[in-house]
Amino acid sequence: MARLGMVIDTRKCVGCMDCVVACQTENDVPHGYCRDWITTEVRGTFPNLTMEIRSERCNHCDNPPCVYCCPTGASHVEPLGKTVQVTSNRCIGCKACLAACPYGARFVNPKGYADKCTFCLHRVKEGKDPACVSVCPTHCMHFGDLDDPKSAVSVLLATRTWHTLLPEAGTRPRVFYLT
Amino acid sequence: MLELTTTRHNPLVDPSLHVWGWEIPVYLFVGGIVAGMMIIAGIAMLRLAKGEDPRGFFSVQTPLLGFMLLNVGMLALLLDLAHKLYVWAVYLTLEPLSPMSWGSWVLLVVYGVLLVSALIRLPDAWPWLGARVPALARVSDWLLARPALIRALAWVNIVLGVMLGVYTGILLNTMVARPLWNTTILPVLFLVSGLSAAAAMMHLATRIFPGRPAPKGLVGGALAAMVQNLGPQPPEKRTGDALVRADIGFLAVELLLIGILVIGLLSSTASHAAAAELVLGGPYTLVFWGGVVAVGILVPLVLQWLELGHRIPHTVLPAVLVLAGGFALRWVMVNAGQASQIVQAAGLH
Repeated sequence: MARLGMVIDTRKCVGCMDCVVACQTENDVPHGYCRDWITTEVRGTFPNLTMEIRSERCNHCDNPPCVYCCPTGASHVEPLGKTVQVTSNRCIGCKACLAACPYGARFVNPKGYADKCTFCLHRVKEGKDPACVSVCPTHCMHFGDLDDPKSAVSVLLATRTWHTLLPEAGTRPRVFYLT
Repeated sequence: MLELTTTRHNPLVDPSLHVWGWEIPVYLFVGGIVAGMMIIAGIAMLRLAKGEDPRGFFSVQTPLLGFMLLNVGMLALLLDLAHKLYVWAVYLTLEPLSPMSWGSWVLLVVYGVLLVSALIRLPDAWPWLGARVPALARVSDWLLARPALIRALAWVNIVLGVMLGVYTGILLNTMVARPLWNTTILPVLFLVSGLSAAAAMMHLATRIFPGRPAPKGLVGGALAAMVQNLGPQPPEKRTGDALVRADIGFLAVELLLIGILVIGLLSSTASHAAAAELVLGGPYTLVFWGGVVAVGILVPLVLQWLELGHRIPHTVLPAVLVLAGGFALRWVMVNAGQASQIVQAAGLH
């Protein structure tokens, strides 16, 4: 069984936000909301500065606090790709998962249920990449099975240096950033 | 230097980072009171089982008042839900890792136990209903004639009260993303604060209709059933004094727990220390130290101590202050907790 993950090359990303718009279009995300977004991180003291541009989203953590806190099981780990998904007609809108996520990846859909990135599971089932990955003009995003050592994502993680977001939270995120 | 710019999720502008409004503090506060009242009523019911005068205040009115208060809390909880029509989904499953899930089941059992406990003296407490439903008197007599049953009910009240009192704290405690809540003191603090607020609420209730004759009708009678003593009027002095004495103990322990909470956070990781800063100079400092600690604990502690020593007359002021402080504690913890976040280890140097 696959364990889907995403690898994003921060050396290629220019922060064009094409991934954000593609996601909003593909998933009919309500106006004013987004399931992925761009973060620009600047480190150092002038003139010794480094900058990292990242496309961020739900990390589909291996150790997902949003799934544990859910009182109804609406937030769950889907067998397909071990991704974290929300069953909207089981969600009561208690917002515990919003509070539990260290990445602020979730929001309340105006219809009332918790909403977030699905890794475009509907596209994955058809053998396609998620919308954000497929539109990236710099080809900085990669998607695939982390358990398969021959997959593009596994090869990149084995050959390049990378980091994840807030590893100290212990959530074991599955969106990796190449540096 | 570490500077983050993001197209969303800036904690200062993104409302999604502040997910719980006034409803959750109200529920936590009322739930805490009901939990405390169940524990105190349970202890009183143990005395009832030993043959104490069944007209005593605690075991009769407390479950009724608790039942009504719980409705207020549950209403607040329902108002908070964003997907209200799907609330039934909670009772289709039991998620062992989710305190909110087993808390919901506890609430269901609490409702039943409060109703059965109220039946012990319901026809006497609410004569209007007693006259119209004669079966209630038979149920009441049947229960009173069985001390073993009352003793069992007392222990169920105590155990459920503790579960109701701690589960909200555990619920917040499990959220790794909110460092202010990541302290095991929180469930104990909520329990003790609930006990103190419960003692204050019961003290306040005895003062609403200070003497008989009680209103006999449907509405007035129902209200009196929740707050008025059935026994001697005014209530026996030892009853009121016992509540005040218990409250002094609860407040003192609460003060100690708050001290441990702050010290614990400060001596923990950078994220926890940053969370403590929210109440140590941050935006929640005044409400925490002024509202929760000074107005809600220190002032009533001194007032009640003076009352017991007969240096000042008994008033409802300490009870009102304790209740205000109990709400302020939930308000600060819910709001400041949501404002706390994990500090990036890599950004520290």
